[in-house]
Amino acid sequence: MSTSTEQPTAGHAELAATTLLRFATAGSVDDGKSTLVGRLLHDSKSVLVDQLEAVEHASRSRGQEAPDLALLTDGLRAEREQGITIDVAYRYFATPRRRFILADTPGHVQYTRNMVTGASTAELAVVLVDARNGVVEQTRRHAAVAALLRVPHVVLAVNKMDLVEYRESVFAAIAEEFTTYASELGVPEITAIPISALAGDNVVEPSANMDWYGGPTVLEHLETVPVSHDLTACHARFPVQYVIRPQTAEHPDYRGYAGQIAAGAFRVGEQVTVLPSGRTSTITAIDALGESVDIAWAPQSVTLRLADDIDISRGDLIAPSGDAPATSQDVEATVCHVADTPLTVGQRVLLKHTTRTVKAIVKEIPSRLTLDDLSQHPEPGRLVANDIGRVKVRTAEPLALDAYADSRRTGSFLLIDPADGTTLAAGMAGESFATAKATAAVDDEEGWDF
Amino acid sequence: MTTVAHVHDATDSPFALTHLDSLESEAVHIFREVAGEFERPVILFSGGKDSIVMLHLALKAFAPAAVPFSLLHVDTGHNFPEVIEYRDRVVAEHGLRLHVASVQEYIDAGKLRERPDGTRNPLQTVPLTEAIQQHRFDAVFGGGRRDEEKARAKERVFSLRDEFSQWDPRRQRPELWQLYNGRHAPGEHVRVFPLSNWTELDVWQYIQREKIALPEIYFAHEREVFARNGMWLTAGAWGGPKENETVERRLIRYRTVGDMSCTGAVDSDATTLEAVIAEIAASRLTERGATRADDKLSEAAMEDRKREGYF
Repeated sequence: MSTSTEQPTAGHAELAATTLLRFATAGSVDDGKSTLVGRLLHDSKSVLVDQLEAVEHASRSRGQEAPDLALLTDGLRAEREQGITIDVAYRYFATPRRRFILADTPGHVQYTRNMVTGASTAELAVVLVDARNGVVEQTRRHAAVAALLRVPHVVLAVNKMDLVEYRESVFAAIAEEFTTYASELGVPEITAIPISALAGDNVVEPSANMDWYGGPTVLEHLETVPVSHDLTACHARFPVQYVIRPQTAEHPDYRGYAGQIAAGAFRVGEQVTVLPSGRTSTITAIDALGESVDIAWAPQSVTLRLADDIDISRGDLIAPSGDAPATSQDVEATVCHVADTPLTVGQRVLLKHTTRTVKAIVKEIPSRLTLDDLSQHPEPGRLVANDIGRVKVRTAEPLALDAYADSRRTGSFLLIDPADGTTLAAGMAGESFATAKATAAVDDEEGWDF
Repeated sequence: MTTVAHVHDATDSPFALTHLDSLESEAVHIFREVAGEFERPVILFSGGKDSIVMLHLALKAFAPAAVPFSLLHVDTGHNFPEVIEYRDRVVAEHGLRLHVASVQEYIDAGKLRERPDGTRNPLQTVPLTEAIQQHRFDAVFGGGRRDEEKARAKERVFSLRDEFSQWDPRRQRPELWQLYNGRHAPGEHVRVFPLSNWTELDVWQYIQREKIALPEIYFAHEREVFARNGMWLTAGAWGGPKENETVERRLIRYRTVGDMSCTGAVDSDATTLEAVIAEIAASRLTERGATRADDKLSEAAMEDRKREGYF
C-alpha cells in the first residue's frame, strides 16, 4: 500500500549507472549456476522485498533454515522440468557502475541452442566449473560455443572453492588447463576467478578465505570489462531497414535511409557504395533520432541521407566505398540447428541476413561437430536439434555477407522454414574457430577444423 | 560494496553508448523492422507510461515522417478520466488514428459478463483479440517488459500468436542476434515488445531525459481512496467502496496505470519526475507487487491470461 523506504538500498546509486553489459552464464545445474545468479542478484541488492519473501517462504516450506538463493531462479527451472519452457531467461540488475542484462542459459548439452541464443548477443560469458571436478566435457563444450559465437570476453568461475579448502593449487591447475584450451579455440580474453557462490566468496565481496588471489570479484570484473571494441578495426556496415519519405509540405524532398549501424562508424562526407547494386554516393547528412550529427557508430539507430537519388530499399547494405564486402550467392557457414525438425541436403529455405530475406537451398552439409569431444563427422546428411555443423547454401540473390569472425552482426543469419516460418538454424558465415588450420594440422583425421 | 583499487579499471571506450542510448537504439530498430516487414501493425496504447514511451520511440524512429502505425486502446470503461484526456490529446497532437475496443460495449451487448469482484482487467482479452481479427492487424506492439513479471520474463521480442491470439510458451522461436523472425500465417499475428529489455527505472529515466509529458495521476495528488486487498483504490462509480469500506482523502500517486478496479495507488509526496525516480529507486517492492490486484488472483494469473491472448 505504501512505497517502503525504511531500508537503505543500492537504489539511489543505480541512478548513476551509465553503460550496459549483456552477458550470459553457462554451467550445468550441479555446478551451482543458480546459486551464482542468485548471489549476484541478492548481493547487488537487486532482489526486492516481495521477491525475497517468496524465496524465504519457499525455503521454509522445504525445511531450510536460510533462504536458498537458487530459488530466485527456481520458478523457471520448475517450469522447464514440466516441459513448458526449455529456454533462456533474461534478468536485469544494476550497480552504481553499470546496468546488466543477464541471459541465464540452461547448460545441458541438449540445450545447446539456448546457450547459442544467449551467447549471440553477449559481450561476456561466465563458464562455471566445479573445483572438485575441474575441466570436464561440459566445460569444453561451453568454451567451444563461446568461441564459436565469438563472445569477446570469457570468465572462468571456479566454483565450490570452499569444498577444496580454498587451495590455490586447485584453482591454478584448472585455470591453466582451461586458459590453454580456450585460447586454442580463439577465445580472445579469459579471466579466471576462484569463487564460492554458496558462501559468497569473490562473487560480489572479496573473499577472506583466499588472500592468495589478487584479482577482481565476479561483479567487479563485470563492472569494469570494456563494452565496446575499437571501431577503427571494424568494417563499417549499414543495413537499410526502411526508407523514410515524409512527402509533406515541410519536407517535400526528404529521403532518408533508416537503420541501425551494424559495425564501425559513418561520417558525413564519406563516399559509400550500396550493395548489391554497387552504386556509389556520398553521405550528406546523418540524423541520429532527432539530432543532426557528423559521425555515428554501432549500434546507433540513425537515418542516412545521400547526395544522389539512387534506388535503395530495405535489404540493401551501405558500406564505405573503399571497404565494401564482396557479394555472393554461395554461403559457407557454421550453423547451430535450433528447430525440432531436421535440416537436410536439398531443403528449400529462407535465409534472413540483416534486413534481407532471400530464397535459398541447402546444397551440402559437409560435416557435423560432436561437442563432446569436438570431433568432426563428415557428410551427416542432416542436422537435428542442437547439432552444430558446416553447411553450404546457395541463395537466389547475391548477399553482402561478412565473415562472422569480422562482424557478428553482418556475418550472422537465420535459416527459416518457408512453409510455417519456423526458425531452423542460426548461421555464422566463414571459418568458425580462429586457429582452425593450426588445430587441424595436429591430427588431420580427427581434427575439428570447423 | 568494497572495491579493490588495483583491479583493472578499464574505462569504457569513447564509442560506448549509455545504457539509455543502447535501449533506445534497440527499440527503434525493432519499430523499423516491423514497419519494414508487416502490412498492418498497430500500437497498443493505454495512456500508461510504457505505451507513452513506446509512442515516443515510434515518433523518433520515423521522423520527420509520420508514425506508420495506428493506435489501439482497449477501454475497460473504468479508466481514469485524466488518462483518457491524455490519450485524446496525444492522438490529436500527432495526427494519429485511434481504434477503441470497448469492454463496456461488450458487457452492454451481453457478450461479456461482469465479474463478481468487479475487476475488468481480465475482460479485456476478448475485445482485444476480436479487434485484432476485425482490423486484420498482423503486428501488435505492446509495452510489456521482461522485468515486470515472471511470465513476461519469458516473452520474446517478437512473439507469434495463433489465430486465437494464444501464447504458447512451448512454441516460441529462439531469438538470435538482432534477427527477428516475423513470419506468420494468415490469421496469425506477432506481438512485438520493443521495451523487453527495459526496467521500470529505465522507463522513468528515459521519460525524464526526453521530457515526455505524462498523465497527472503518476504524480502525487490528493484523491478519495479506500482500502481493499491491501491497496488504495480510487472511489468512483465503477463499484467502490462497498458498505464495509470507508473512503478517505490521501496524498497518493499511481505507479502503474490500468483499470481503476484493480490498480492500486501508493502513498507518496512525489510531485516531480526527480522525486518519482528517487522514490522508485529506493522502493523495495516490485512495480506489480505494489500495485496490481489482478496479478494476485493466482500464482500464474499473468501467464494464464497471456495464454488466452492478453497483452
